[in-house]
Amino acid sequence: MSKHVTQFGYRRHPDQDRAPRAGAHHPVVVVGAGPIGLSLAIDLAQRGQAVVLLDDADRIGEGSRAICFSKRSLEYWDRLGVGRRMVEKGVVWSVGRIFHGDNQLYQFNLLPEQGHKMPAFINLQQYYAESYLVDRVGDLPAIDLRWRNRVAALEQRNDHVVLTVETPDGPYRLTAGYVAACDGARSTLRGLVGADFQGQVFEDQFLIADVKMTAEFPTERWFWFDPPFHAGRSALLHRQPDNVWRIDLQLSPDTDATIERRPENVRPRIARMLGHDQFDFEWISIYRFQCRRMARFVHDRVIFAGDSAHQVSPFGARGANSGLEDAENLAWKLARVIAGQSPAALLESYHIERSLAADENIRESTRSTDFMAPATRQEARLRQAVLALAEDTDFAKRMVNGGRLSVPSVYDTPLSTPDRESWAGGPCPGASMVDAPLQRPDGVGLYLSDAFIAAGKTFALLQFAGGPSDVAPAGVESIRIGDGEALRDSTGAAAARYDAQAGSAYLLRPDSYVAARLRDPTRAGIEAALKRASASS
Amino acid sequence: MALSTASNFARPDDAFRLVVEAHRGLDDAQSAVLDAALVLILANHIGDMAVLRDAIALGKRRIAATVTPRQKS
Repeated sequence: MSKHVTQFGYRRHPDQDRAPRAGAHHPVVVVGAGPIGLSLAIDLAQRGQAVVLLDDADRIGEGSRAICFSKRSLEYWDRLGVGRRMVEKGVVWSVGRIFHGDNQLYQFNLLPEQGHKMPAFINLQQYYAESYLVDRVGDLPAIDLRWRNRVAALEQRNDHVVLTVETPDGPYRLTAGYVAACDGARSTLRGLVGADFQGQVFEDQFLIADVKMTAEFPTERWFWFDPPFHAGRSALLHRQPDNVWRIDLQLSPDTDATIERRPENVRPRIARMLGHDQFDFEWISIYRFQCRRMARFVHDRVIFAGDSAHQVSPFGARGANSGLEDAENLAWKLARVIAGQSPAALLESYHIERSLAADENIRESTRSTDFMAPATRQEARLRQAVLALAEDTDFAKRMVNGGRLSVPSVYDTPLSTPDRESWAGGPCPGASMVDAPLQRPDGVGLYLSDAFIAAGKTFALLQFAGGPSDVAPAGVESIRIGDGEALRDSTGAAAARYDAQAGSAYLLRPDSYVAARLRDPTRAGIEAALKRASASS
Repeated sequence: MALSTASNFARPDDAFRLVVEAHRGLDDAQSAVLDAALVLILANHIGDMAVLRDAIALGKRRIAATVTPRQKS
């Protein structure tokens, strides 16, 4: 059905001509060229780290799959050089509406304030995202992307990993300092390291249909409980580029998926929803899902990221987005460890930070799913009460759960230096950088996120005017804001968003999370925070 | 314990009666939905997770005691 398949060519690599006992060695091998593996490889390459990227297939574009990309993901992709392209092609949205039957219960706006470079969300078919990432990989000679290279065996040694890779020309071996397993929900590597993958299976089935049509619906996320066109169940409508609309319909647990997914059975359901049948199918899929995670994301020298490490229900856009947060969390740490700038202990913080984030994503998406598909009669009654009360009470509106959309986690992490002073606002240590509009002295506008990219994506010290100018240690870039500085805050938005007073400073990690903040920064204070954030002490 | 279990109504019989009468004429399923609504309304009015947790614990302990006689010691 999908006409968006992009085919890539398998090419024999000189590594394949080496004797099995003398396999080529690479510092890092990323397995899986989906959105997570591609982003991780680009991030590593931009940090000067050579990467081998293996994928068992040679094509992308089997359905639109993940479509909602969060502000955080877009900010990450902007750092990887593909943010603008994603936003230009994507459908930008920030408003969601929740309906019960025919009535709108409430609406929400995910980005009510101005002055952010990236929108709250875009919808974009995963095949577009992947193809832009593959194009970006093509700009980076440090990435060696090998299609139809399937990892068939893995052995962990003291200081490296031995991989056996199957290709159309037969198997070959290579060794890797580290392996990043981004090979998806059915991860081969998870099995090869003998890790389990436990969690909750949901019985309800969901039908995804991507339909092509010209429609007048606004560019918003619409979610229905008990809609007139699909009694007793839930439905979701989302716009994608190219006049494609994502429709998600909840089915009963005992529905026969092979029958339900036939276009002649899906068509009347969709026609009932839309009130016409002037549409074509792009993609139909039926799925059941699980919420589960690996107990450990780091298995010696094999590190798991994305769906291979954790899976959530799709309501909340926490799948691909959390995988991208994994990639941005892992890339700088892996690059520092391989370059000898930080001890291997830094990688443990990847497990700590991202497994806590996975727990949060699983908790949020499980709650949404339980609300949509109550497990017992009394749960159904509680939901019925919430939906009825939501018609005219604010508290019940806020209990209606049609998906809580992905926001970055705040890490409770050993890399953070706890606040010593009092802060009434601003991102706390462990939270991600907040964007703000700035101006250069010549009046040209730019965003704080641009200034962070220009600083080189390393540790950066964000300093508001009025403090000392010599406190940034070697290797820490300075971003100075305020009167008389390189960047002006003429709207005052940056100072407000960072609760800044004269001289206030934030130490930002290379993934733009806050490591520490100080009202009166000193060189010694910044150095101590830097040591802590890079696991050097 | 955050939950107050002292008697807070001047006329407790009136309060009990009010709740009982709310269920008059309802079948079990309708009563269950009404109870669900009342729990949520009152929980929100209290607005305190610690009180809510204590109330659930107290309710569950007593309910368990009435359905499993062996727990009575």
